[in-house]
Amino acid sequence: MPDTVIIEKLTKKFGDFTAVDQISLAVGEGEVFGFLGANGAGKTTAIRMLCGLLLPTSGNGTVGGFDIYRDNENIKKSIGYMSQKFSLYGDLTAYENLWFYGSVYRLNKKTLKNRIEELSEELGLHEFLNRPAGNLPLGWRQRLALATSVLHRPKILFLDEPTGGVDPVFRRRFWGILYDLADKGTTLFVTTHYMDEAEYCHRISIMHHGQIIELGNPSDLIQKYQQPNLEELFVQLISKKSEKATDV
Amino acid sequence: MFKIKFIAQKELWHILRDPRSLIIAILMPIVMTLLYGYAINLDIKNIKLAIIDFDKTSTSSDLMGRFYNSGYFSEVTNPVSINNPEMILKKGQANAVLIIRPGLGEAIQKLKSMRNIASVSVDNYELGLIVDGSDANMAAAAGSYSSIVVSQVIKDNLPLGFEMPGIKISRQVLYNPDLKSSHFFVPGLIAIILMMISALLTSVTIAREKESGTMEQLLTTPITPRQIIIGKTLPYVGLAILDGFLVLGFGVFYFGVPFIGSTLLLFVFGVIYVIAALAIGIFISTIVKTQQLAMMGAMMVTVLPSVMLSGFIFEIKNMPLVLQIITYIVPARYFLLIVRGIMLKGSGIGLLWVEAAFLIALAIVLLSVATKLFKLRVS
Repeated sequence: MPDTVIIEKLTKKFGDFTAVDQISLAVGEGEVFGFLGANGAGKTTAIRMLCGLLLPTSGNGTVGGFDIYRDNENIKKSIGYMSQKFSLYGDLTAYENLWFYGSVYRLNKKTLKNRIEELSEELGLHEFLNRPAGNLPLGWRQRLALATSVLHRPKILFLDEPTGGVDPVFRRRFWGILYDLADKGTTLFVTTHYMDEAEYCHRISIMHHGQIIELGNPSDLIQKYQQPNLEELFVQLISKKSEKATDV
Repeated sequence: MFKIKFIAQKELWHILRDPRSLIIAILMPIVMTLLYGYAINLDIKNIKLAIIDFDKTSTSSDLMGRFYNSGYFSEVTNPVSINNPEMILKKGQANAVLIIRPGLGEAIQKLKSMRNIASVSVDNYELGLIVDGSDANMAAAAGSYSSIVVSQVIKDNLPLGFEMPGIKISRQVLYNPDLKSSHFFVPGLIAIILMMISALLTSVTIAREKESGTMEQLLTTPITPRQIIIGKTLPYVGLAILDGFLVLGFGVFYFGVPFIGSTLLLFVFGVIYVIAALAIGIFISTIVKTQQLAMMGAMMVTVLPSVMLSGFIFEIKNMPLVLQIITYIVPARYFLLIVRGIMLKGSGIGLLWVEAAFLIALAIVLLSVATKLFKLRVS
């Protein structure tokens, strides 16, 4: 599997505060990669740098083979982004939202129509297409947001807390959809703080104070630290780190 | 280029979906035109005048008749007290009180029987006029209208062959011969409405995308900040121009404001002015984060200066120096002169090039600063 996202010592500072501190990783094609960490650990900042929304302070990286400093335009063509905030136009219908984002990616009318048809079928969005996006129930909004971010078939999809506030049944279904995407070769970058979700990932990285403190396959990590599940593992790792920090 | 079209189309959807912004955009110009046309009437008529007649001759009642029939003054019947004229003003019964002292009849008689000019100054008779100065415009008008009436009386009573002594001013008002204030405010209103629609609505719409997080989503797509800005502002250019014509049409066809000059020239300058206004709107939206702040900021930065510092209501020459300097960066200042010039005087580019140059320069500077700042802020 070729690597689609490679970063080396990526750092972002806001003034004196280091939000992301020299993180390095490589993610392969079709991999579901999880970014775990408490709130404020630097997950979102890291993803925003990879999406071209933020310029790194230092470090190197390529996304889809394109340099994150110089090739922003090409990166933007090959990625999809679903933010933790509901970022669709509430006053436009679901269909109009899809149509608009599809047009922005320069899909031609016919392709766009077909893709919208396909995606609504897959995600069960049909009956909601003509309703204003702002009036959709939360779970459906998130499906719609997902649909808009994959319309152009991105090679890499960044999902920032995609299932925040959604019930467990819905989350499970949502992950089913994500898995289908990964099977088709899309690389998925997911931030989450739901540990059950993290177990769906092929590999996870645990972030703390801007650094990656552990990286690997969820079940390997559980074995390595001899914990019953990811939740325990996460709590143990974080509290260990915090103790060290207070010792110093 | 195509992406700009889609952004513009989406923006149009927003406008059409949101009845509030449509109402603001269409109704406001109409309401403001009517408001300025009727409520804020700068033509002073019907000054309430109380006359206290101590002379009680046929001459004095003739004078009273002339005042009330002049069209400038309206009669105050039964003033509270003839011994205390100040009370009449204080109670608001009248804007001015004319006191006819005893001796008017005699003075006029003398005037009639006058044989040569030299004897006029011998006998000085004075009429008393007390004016409520709390409304300065009204006070000034009362004074000058009174002089007109009185000099007419003197003129009519001079013996045949005598002319009024002294130097006379023969006044001819060009371009707005009736001195109607509608001729004056319609051009100003066009400047204000265009500024309001362009700056206010664009700053709000950009702030809205920031507030809702859709701006961030857009920036992860291959669209550039410049395309976003152009696409988002285009529909408002159209809306602003529509509003410009709305006010213009209302002014010309309803209030009878003349339009002598070239419509095309006005249109071209209108577009340049709108670009300057849009730049201000973009500028504001880069600084603020919420729609509410954008709205307040736009009111402060665009509407207020356009009303107060453009020469629309207050003469720039009479302002303190600091404010006069500030007026140089108020686009409405130049556009106002251009609109008035084109509409009322039929001026062409030959006469308006200085204002045009300033306006174009201002538009270019504002636009480049605004887009640079916008790009800087989003990345």
